[in-house]
Amino acid sequence: MSSVPPPSVKEILHTMDYGQSPESESHVTAWLDQHKAGFHHYIGGSFVPSLDGASFAVMNPARDTLLGRVAEGKAADIDAAVAAARAALPGWAGLPGHERARFLYAIARHVQKRERFLSVLESLDNGKPIRESRDIDIPLVARHFYHHAGWAELIASEFPGHGPVGVCGQIIPWNFPLLMLAWKIAPALAAGNTVVLKPAEFTPLSALAFAEICHEIGLPAGVVNIVCGDGGTGAALVAHPDVDKIAFTGSTEVGRIIRKATAGTGKKLSLELGGKSPFIVFEDADIDGAVEGVVDAIWFNQGQVCCAGSRLLIQEGIAERFLGKLRRRMATLHVGDPLDKSIDIGAIVAPVQLRRIEELVRQGQAEGGTLWQAECPLPDRGSFYPPSLFVDVEPAATVAEVEIFGPVAVAMTFRTPAEAVQLANHTRYGLAASVWSENINLALDTAAAMKAGVVWVNSTNLFDAAAGFGGYRESGFGREGGREGLSEYLVADWEKSLPEVPATSTALSVTPTAPAAAAGIDRTAKLYIGGKQARPDSGYSYAVADANGATLGLAGLGNRKDIRNAVEAASAATRGWGAATAHNRAQVLYYIAENLETRAAEFESRLRGFGHDAATARAEVAASVRRMFHYAAWADKYDGRVHATRSRHVTLAMTEPFGVMGVVCPDEAPLLGFVSLVLPAIAMGNCVVAVPSPTQPLAATDLYQVLDTSDVPGGVVNIVTGERDDLAKTLAEHDAVAALWYFGPATGAAAAEAASAGNLKACWTSNGKARDWFSAEQGQGETFLRRATQIKNIWVPYGE
Amino acid sequence: MDILETIAPALPEPAIGAAVPRNPGTALHADWFDAVQVNLSATERRAGSYGARRSVKKQYQAAWLVKAIQCIDLTTLAGDDTPGRVHRLCWKARRPIRDDIVAALGLSDAPPTVGAVCVYPAMVGPAVRALDGSGIPVASVATGFPAGLTPLPQRLAEIRYAVEQGAHEIDIVIHRAQVLTQDWTALYDEISAMRAACGPAHMKAILGTGDLRTLRNVYRASMVAMMAGADFIKTSTGKEDVNATLPVSLTMARALRDYGERTGHAIGFKPAGGLRTAKDALTWQTLMREELGRRWLEPDLFRIGASSLLGDIERQLEHFVTGRYAAATHHALA
Repeated sequence: MSSVPPPSVKEILHTMDYGQSPESESHVTAWLDQHKAGFHHYIGGSFVPSLDGASFAVMNPARDTLLGRVAEGKAADIDAAVAAARAALPGWAGLPGHERARFLYAIARHVQKRERFLSVLESLDNGKPIRESRDIDIPLVARHFYHHAGWAELIASEFPGHGPVGVCGQIIPWNFPLLMLAWKIAPALAAGNTVVLKPAEFTPLSALAFAEICHEIGLPAGVVNIVCGDGGTGAALVAHPDVDKIAFTGSTEVGRIIRKATAGTGKKLSLELGGKSPFIVFEDADIDGAVEGVVDAIWFNQGQVCCAGSRLLIQEGIAERFLGKLRRRMATLHVGDPLDKSIDIGAIVAPVQLRRIEELVRQGQAEGGTLWQAECPLPDRGSFYPPSLFVDVEPAATVAEVEIFGPVAVAMTFRTPAEAVQLANHTRYGLAASVWSENINLALDTAAAMKAGVVWVNSTNLFDAAAGFGGYRESGFGREGGREGLSEYLVADWEKSLPEVPATSTALSVTPTAPAAAAGIDRTAKLYIGGKQARPDSGYSYAVADANGATLGLAGLGNRKDIRNAVEAASAATRGWGAATAHNRAQVLYYIAENLETRAAEFESRLRGFGHDAATARAEVAASVRRMFHYAAWADKYDGRVHATRSRHVTLAMTEPFGVMGVVCPDEAPLLGFVSLVLPAIAMGNCVVAVPSPTQPLAATDLYQVLDTSDVPGGVVNIVTGERDDLAKTLAEHDAVAALWYFGPATGAAAAEAASAGNLKACWTSNGKARDWFSAEQGQGETFLRRATQIKNIWVPYGE
Repeated sequence: MDILETIAPALPEPAIGAAVPRNPGTALHADWFDAVQVNLSATERRAGSYGARRSVKKQYQAAWLVKAIQCIDLTTLAGDDTPGRVHRLCWKARRPIRDDIVAALGLSDAPPTVGAVCVYPAMVGPAVRALDGSGIPVASVATGFPAGLTPLPQRLAEIRYAVEQGAHEIDIVIHRAQVLTQDWTALYDEISAMRAACGPAHMKAILGTGDLRTLRNVYRASMVAMMAGADFIKTSTGKEDVNATLPVSLTMARALRDYGERTGHAIGFKPAGGLRTAKDALTWQTLMREELGRRWLEPDLFRIGASSLLGDIERQLEHFVTGRYAAATHHALA
């Protein structure tokens, strides 16, 4: 690089160039040299090679040079790591929170002491500018461990009756290697879990440096295990039977595979996946500020950011001015060696990623998009790509729909706020959104309308350990950060010892086998869709037997078309019901309780018909009324939080309904189980398609008359009776159903989870376990509300 | 929509060394600034990025600091200023860096001098005499500096006095009340009158941004001052509670850019007060280079109003030359 003599002061006075400001890499080089023989896994407190001796090369993407060789884990190495984590679990989980807090605090301190080393290492391995690793990644890592040292200290009092999930398998991506490690490991350890973490194969080095920190602070052996490798190693971790939870950050494609692989295993799952996040600029925005926002949105970390604001939606009246300014700004961006302190954009992580970006850009051009690229010089070697902007792109274009994961923005225009919202939400993803307007009404209205887990008002890519991060829709489920993230790593103590639901025969007969038990006017329970009784599409009803096998009545045999109709009715109802005030919803819930109690005798009689004794039947109806009161009470109290993130920011954690939920009800407690699931869902503003117990559906279908008389708007609760697992599968596969609860037997739970991989809906099952619906601890409470909502974090900086 | 073909007109960029044409001003166009929004947090984020996104080291840093010296308006604006004090300052202006350092930097054939010496009107005469033959212009504050609340005829007379005394540049202060009450016509008329009074002297309009408080006010006042013919816009008097800050400077640079693109006139920028260290100078230079371009690093479009900054730059340059940290006492007093 220094073949040309440096220019003189006099020459520089003419050019006024910045020159180069390389960050020293000598300490990292020395560390790499120490590991010339190869980097090892960290398992059970020791650095060990792969059992079969396999290793792979780790490259510096900016220079195409070898950084080192790293052990490549196979199933046997994962086995060893999981065994180490399992062995360490009782000791770690058994420590008082304060003791765990001391370890997490020590990790935070050590990360800070090595801040520059870790920054340089991260930039060498990943290609990101040293400015970003130094000012953003590593400080956030330390912040995350400090924050969670705090949670470890507080966990016993803040989460009474809860304990760790167990051994957590964690798989992280290459775009923020150490930061994603922190997001995974800090909450897991704070809650008392032990972990096996697999870093990305492109960027395993900072995880191994982190393992050295764990070693140095004396973290008990096996609490943190790092196994390196590629997708195969990750698959072995996901498949391992002794792992209790999988946390994954990466592509939606792999997320879907993991969802299927873990279905029915009882493993807890959280997924943080891809995005194509909108960046909306209204005509009353600070235009220069928003231009800088684009720089921070899509030219941050080379655009390799899952929440990158990659779809620019610009109001038509300012589009020309905005894009003119943006184009000029692009011309001042510097692309170059990540260790140069004066560059804005570093290297793409690997040649294969570079080729993918190039391919998508070619496709964008072929589809008629106009590409503008800054004419900035690129280094001669290494994987670099210039900042790029597509205009004249239609929403249907590939580059407007597909996550490019590179420094490529796509710009489109809109006419009205309503159209901006429509365009913004018209995507399968829902990770983040950025909204630029100086009008608080417009900004907050748009933020509220975004189907995204994180919304930044007049800002972008702000992160903090105290705020949850995670997506809606196919961007995944679960949150990382803050209280909401911590709960992903906790489980209620009672949940660990539930009995299995007895597997029931679900073959439903469409021909009555025994005479009706009671005379009277014939009553056939129909389906309940859109506030109306509906005949099943199949044209069949099935016989519902009483305790003695006699036909108690008939219920509609619903099929996939009935589910389709019910989902449509529910979708139509979400707008009104979700927007109703919590007080309004509470009123309706109280009214349902009132009307159920009026008809208590009828419902008791129905339950007795199924063989429940009089006392049990009376108790179940009474409990159902109480449960209705419970959720009516909660309706206007389960509200969000304001997270303490940065100064002069409010970070609002808002609980929002999913929209349309599928609720598949248990056989035990046919009325109370139904009420216990449907009520929390609608209390939070969801509209529900409920599948009652197939063997005892009439307790639920009787309810539709109660619903009709209780001012429940049509479509808020839809009831489809029939073959439970067929209907559950249709619901699980339905892309317009945003969440699914399944409380039937284990086989059905597994099938529902697997089928939910299509749109990656949040899927909550009982894993085939029976809970005591009469118990306040198991049958009601905040868990149900948490599962009926998703949290949207809205960042609102303020100040004049 | 073919946006890429029709982007906003480029900012004018006169050749280096060529005289920057004076700003003739325009009519008052309130629509150029009425709808403009400035978001404080977004501005702060960008303003905070210059030091992190750009870095100049070694001989580059030395050159940038020499350039900063050439942009300094070496200033004394104190109640106890005397002709003797001004004389001393002027000699420092002629020889801002020790000869041995100048030689080591390879600049002996054209040793750097400061951009101007800035004084009160009563000190213009002594300053002009002390700088005779140096080519260094004398700048004078005027118009009831620093509050600007004396009657307009007196303020205009003060300008004319300073020009008669030989001032080449006049740093006027605006009437802040006209901004705070949004009386743009009055503000425009007053500044236009001041510009007329300046005649051949270049006019720098001091906005008193610490008094204006909001960045939107800063943007609007900048625009009105430029429409009224200011050759430079300047942040502060140095006497307000808050003087030059990066967010304010960024907002003014953006206004200057917008004005330049609309009218084709290149306007200068002068942050004053608050720049005390060599690092501050580099950060502001980076802001200029990033927001406006390389041309805005030259003293005809960029000045730094400062009194203590020079001392720190001298010590940094000595360190660059010798590799040893320097003592303030080894450099001449201003």
